Formats: sequence, structure tokens, C-alpha cells
Amino acid sequence: MREDRSPILELLGITKSFGGVEALRGVDFALSPGEIHGLVGENGAGKSTLMKIIAGVHSEFSGRFLIDGKETHFRSARDAHAAGIAMVHQELSVAPDLTVAENVFLGNQPTNRFGLVQWRRMAREAGEQLARFGIDVDPMSRLGDLPIGLQQLIEIARVLFSGARIVILDEPTSALSPPEVERLFATLRRLREEGTAIVFISHFIEDILLVSDTVTVFRNGRKVAETASAATSKGALIEAMIGRGGEALEHSYTDDLMLPRPSDSSVVLKVDQLSLARSLKDISFEARAGEVLGIYGFMGCGQQELSRILFGKLKPDGGTLAVDGTPKTFASTAAARRAGVALVPESRRDMLFHQEPVYKNISISILDRISSLLLKPAQERDIARRQVEQLQIRPPVVGLDLGMLSGGNQQKVALAKWLTYPPKLLVLCEPTRGMDVGAKNDVINIVRDLRAKGLAVIVLSTEPETVLSLADRILVLKRGALVREFKNEPVSKDRLLEAA
Amino acid sequence: MASSETALAAGQRPRGLAPFLRSQMRNIAPFLTLIFLSAFFAFASPSFATLDNLGNILTQVSVTGIIAVGLTFVILCAEIDLSIAGIANVTGIAVAYFTLQESYVNIANIPLPGAAAILLAIALCALLGLVNALGLTVIGIPSFIMTLAMMQIAAGISALLVRGQIAYKVPSLITTLGSGSIGGIPWIVIVAAIMLLGGHLVLTYTRFGRYVYMVGGNREAAEYSGLNVKLILGAVMVISAVCSGIGGMLGVAHFGSAQQNEFDTYLLDSIAAVVVGGTSLFGGRGGIGNTIVGLFVLGVLNNGLDHVNIDSFLKILIRGLILLAALIINVYAQRLREKAAE
Repeated sequence: MREDRSPILELLGITKSFGGVEALRGVDFALSPGEIHGLVGENGAGKSTLMKIIAGVHSEFSGRFLIDGKETHFRSARDAHAAGIAMVHQELSVAPDLTVAENVFLGNQPTNRFGLVQWRRMAREAGEQLARFGIDVDPMSRLGDLPIGLQQLIEIARVLFSGARIVILDEPTSALSPPEVERLFATLRRLREEGTAIVFISHFIEDILLVSDTVTVFRNGRKVAETASAATSKGALIEAMIGRGGEALEHSYTDDLMLPRPSDSSVVLKVDQLSLARSLKDISFEARAGEVLGIYGFMGCGQQELSRILFGKLKPDGGTLAVDGTPKTFASTAAARRAGVALVPESRRDMLFHQEPVYKNISISILDRISSLLLKPAQERDIARRQVEQLQIRPPVVGLDLGMLSGGNQQKVALAKWLTYPPKLLVLCEPTRGMDVGAKNDVINIVRDLRAKGLAVIVLSTEPETVLSLADRILVLKRGALVREFKNEPVSKDRLLEAA
Repeated sequence: MASSETALAAGQRPRGLAPFLRSQMRNIAPFLTLIFLSAFFAFASPSFATLDNLGNILTQVSVTGIIAVGLTFVILCAEIDLSIAGIANVTGIAVAYFTLQESYVNIANIPLPGAAAILLAIALCALLGLVNALGLTVIGIPSFIMTLAMMQIAAGISALLVRGQIAYKVPSLITTLGSGSIGGIPWIVIVAAIMLLGGHLVLTYTRFGRYVYMVGGNREAAEYSGLNVKLILGAVMVISAVCSGIGGMLGVAHFGSAQQNEFDTYLLDSIAAVVVGGTSLFGGRGGIGNTIVGLFVLGVLNNGLDHVNIDSFLKILIRGLILLAALIINVYAQRLREKAAE
């Protein structure tokens, strides 16, 4: 555990603002060698901002920054890297077209004395490193061909074994399966023994309590608590995070939950014998108005492909789609949108315009509804303001560039695009991934509202909690095939995991 | 309520002058370049800063300006069109081909009424633009390669039409617009101004214009927002070709002849005008305002170098260096902006 060693990193009175909005206010933070330090807080509470300051991503801030007791100022991530600080960001940052080995050695490939890359050595060493982490893949395979969970593990492995003294992991477990999380934790503990200082940010409070020595809680840009993990509990942390009693907010879903009787309202979407190469086999199901259909499955089970087909982004090899009884073959996403289908993909980066203001992000999908030829910016802003208020997007400024919002708030903007003129069918991929308790609850309420309005909603997720908290009926997708339907019966996390 | 929100919005903007200037670097740098160049030539040559010469500069950049309108749309979408000069050339030749030539012109052409000749010429450039559009969106050929092929195709059609000869006559409407003037102002300047203004209005105030910026800003996100990205990309390729065609027809009238390889320098000039003006090569940033500044930078540079005593062969090198500097600023401005948005 934590001994009384002098801190390797010390931050004093850190304040940082984005466009006049204070993201951090006078935060002190210290990190000792051989310590795993957990960070929790709602989206936008300032965790990621603080870590980006440490990793040299944000170079403008006020306050003191000491490494090994010496005043330091990083001007770039490269400076931080040189000082032995490495970070795994929330969003995957790998080179999908390069091989696994090239990704592991990104930036410092082994070369011989003529400066040529030693491919065989690189492949061997990458294989060894990954094996230490329990990953068994061909180092020469293309990274982009692997499931997302594995890609994330490989990225984490790269950073963990880069020899950094301080490793920051921002939400590393959200795309990992339980055994993969176990492997990650074992590796973190080993690195702690070797004296590495680790910062671990997660919304999974159980994970934080399980692996970290110290926990720091952020709320609204301030540090509100710092305690030894052994001396606190999940309830206490949640309360500190959201500043109110949080017991009701976080279900564990280990007990049985009763699904309602299936709805007999009209069929909005009928999918018949859909298939796609190796990803999907003979998928048939219906989604009804006023119903939330959950589709659960492990990473790489074909969910992503299914959602893309429903929105006209991918063309199926076989099978038919019908919306409101009319057969459809979507030639483009525009055709799907016109037919009343909307999609929020799992990656915000794919969905949003980071250099454009919030209101343009919200209005882009409905411009043809509010203007025929000429734009109506005032109306766009009005609509955006209404959505921002309804979804409690922070900060509530529709003219702010989207990139200045926190991750969770960006996710809400991605949802807001579709809500002004609700579609018939809303397809949500991982709608609560990487969100804190409060924001998750907001999303759950939004989806329930939409269901009450008579929309058909399909929620695809690899997190059992997400599906269980939202769905009226649950389909389990396994290796591209539907293997089980839960309806009008008890269901729990265990039962779902078992079926998948 | 509304006013308190605007006050809040103003308060939330990046504070201080420095961040603002940094985010506006793309617009400021070309303008400073223009002022610097103008001041330099005004100082170096007494004949530069005159009203007459301003008229010269305006006339000299008009054809480039007309072509650059469409190219601005293309570059805003993060695509490129290398066939602009080729299409300008073939359209100019086509309009002459369908016009009755003097008896000494040895081209087996098809004389038609002026209106028909103009319509056919515009149809031709629109068709070539459509081929670009289909190659880019349906087949999926990168615009760089697709338009490179189109450049050659257009040159080939031009060659077949004139067979090494020169045509002189174009319909009288084109002659007037290309080489006439009204109240001392050349028609070609007026046409360029109207087209630039039209392009600006479309980009700023129409739904299509917004789509162009959004597709250029993040194509994937545009698709996930249910925009018909292929339709928008196809449309900008056609717009670019038609602007080039109009520039080509007026250019032929302006020069007084239609022949092979007449517009070769306009490819580089048009791209340079757009990029020097500060429109991002990565798409989504910039606009016609930037293109106008870029046109003036190029125009002042070309014209000014004629007013000072300088080796005419050195001029080419200087133009290249200015273009390089503009490219550096363009890429650098993008980086600064991304940093400001973090």
C-alpha cells in the first residue's frame, strides 16, 4: 500500500477554463510511486481535463506543476512523454491500417544500424509483450481487423509497457469483457509493485474500489474528497460525486428483473433474414411502436453491422427490411432518414462536428424541415436552446464550439440531433457508454419519454446494465445470430451473460 | 431573456485578443499579405497605385475569379478539381466551334445561332462535371485522380475540335461580356463580381451551403446525420465545371481567340487563389471572402512584378515561393484552430 514516499507528481491550485467556462478550480493533486490512484466524478467534473494537463495535452492553465519536486511546464504531449508520463485516452487512438506489432511499437520501432526496421524482431517482441498481458494475437495481423475490445487492450498494453513512470488510464475498461478487465487489473498491480504511479479514471466504481489505493472525487471542477479506497464505499463515493443520495440511481441488476408483456402496438420495423458476409446470419425480428427493444451481445457479435444496415450505411448481402409495412432498401443514410430511421453510433467522433457550434450540430439533421432554400439561423438557435435545456447540456451556450463540451455532454448533443422531429425508429448504440451515473439516468429518462411518445427504440449494447435498464424486450446476438429472446419473463445480468 | 443569453454567450467566448487572433489566423494572414504586397509595390513603383492600374488588376483576375468560385466549393468539401483549366479551355473552344467563323479559319465547325452555341457549351461543361461527379461518388475514384483524367479528356476534346487551328468568333453576347465594358467598367469584372457574390450567398445563406461546410468539416458525421453526402459532392463537382466553363467562354472572348492550351496557367492560379486566401485544404473552413482576398494577392503580385524592374524569369520563382508560404500558413492555421478548439 501507500507508504510515506515523496510524491513523484504534485499539482497545486490548478485552474483551467475553456472559453470562459471553468473546468477546474483550484485543484490540488499528488501522486506517489507505486500507487494506483482512482478518479471518479460525473461527466464534465474535470477528471479528464486534469489528466490532459498532466499529459501535456493542455498547456495553458494556472497553478503550480511539480515533478520530483521540481517546477515544470509541459508545452506538449511530447514533453510529458519525455518526462515519463503516458496516457490512454478515452477515445481509441490506434492506427487501424497498421499491424499489431507496428501499433505496439508506434514511434519507436526497433531498427538496425542502417536505420531499417527490424520486422522480425519487432513482431517477436510485440508478441512477447502482449503475451505478458495475456493477449494472443498474430503480431503481423492488421489491427483494424480485430474486435474493438482487443484493439483497446493492445493500446493499453502499448502504454503500460512503454516504460513510463506515470501512466494515466481514462475509462480503460468500458469496451472490455470481464476476463479482460481482470487481466488489466493484474497487470496494473504488477506495475505498481515495480513502482509505477497509475491514475485510473472510471465510471465503474466497483472497479475503482477493487484496484486503486486512493480515490479522489471531483464535482463541478473541484476536488471534493480524497480517501483511501479501503475506507470508503460505493454509496459514499456516489454521494460525494453527485452531492445527493445516490442509492436509487445505481442498480446492480444482479437480481431478476421482470420484463413487461410484449406490446401489441403496430410494427414499425420488420427485419427478415438479414445476412452480411461473416458478420450476420439470418437475422429476423420486429420492433414495435412504444417499445424499447434491447439487443445484447459481446463485442464483435455483429451489433455494429446490424445498426449500420438499419441506417443505410451498410448494404446487407441478403434479407429484407420493412418500415411501417413498406419494404425498403436504403441506398444511403439520407434514404434511411427520410424513411424515419435515426441512428446514434457508439463513437461521438463519427457523429459530431467538433469545430462547429453546438446549434449547427443539433440542426444538421433537420435543416430540410425548417428551411427549404435559405437557412433560418434564429430558428436553428431556438430549437437548439430548447434541446439544450431539455437535455440539460452544459454549458448551456448554443454558440460554443462542440469540441469545448465534455464527452457526456457531446453524447447528449448527438441524441439531441434527432429529437426535434422524432423519427419512427431510433437506433442507439451504446447510449450510456463512458457516462457517469447522473448522465446515464438522464439518458434513460429521455429514452423512456420517447417510448411514451410512441417511438420504436432499439438499444444495442455490450453492457448488460445498459440493456437491462432500458429494454422492454431483449434479444441476444451471438456471433452474428439471434440466439435468445427475453420477453414477459424474469431476466438478470447472469441470465443475459449466460445466453450470450 | 434573449439579451442575457447573448451577454452570456459573449462572456463564454474565448477571452482576450490573442486566442481570438489565433483562431482567425486563416483570415488575417492573407489580408496582411495583401496589404504588405500593395504597400511594397506602391512604394517601389509610382505607376502601381493608380486607379487605372486597379482596373487592370481587376480585369486580370476576372477569369481566375470566375473559375475560383466553383473551386472554392470543391476545396471546402476537402476535394480537389484539377480539370478546371481543361474544362475552361474546351468550353471556350466549343462555343467558338458552334459559331460561324471567318472564311480563313480552317475548322470544320457547325455554326449555330448564338443562344444555341452558348447553351451547348454550358451543357458540355456540365456534362464533363457530371462525369467527374459520377467517377468520384459512384465509382469512388479519388477526386485528385478523377479530375486528372478529366483534364486530359478535356484537352483531348479541345484538340479534336480545333485540330491545331485557331478560332476567333464567339456569339456576340459572349463577346460583349468578355471584352466589352459599360460605363468604363469591363463586363468581365462585373460578371466575376456577380458570380463571386452569388457563390458567397449560396455558401452562407442556403441549406446547400451549410451542407458543403458540414461535409467538408466531417464527412463521416455528415453521413451519420443522414445527409446525402454523395449528392453534395457530386453537386460541387458540377458547379466547379460550370464555373470553369463560363470562365472559359468569357476568357476566349477576352483574349480574342480560342485555341489549344490557352488556359493552362489558370489551373495553378485558381487553386492558388483559393488556398492563398485561406480556405482550408482539409475542408470545412474558409469561403468566397477568402478566395477574393487570395485573388487580389495573386493579382497584385502578378501585376506589381510587371511594374518593378525585375527579371521576368525570376517572377515565376517568386510566385512559387509566395504559394509555398501560403500553404504553410494554411496548414499552420488549421493546427492553431484545432488547438484553440480543444
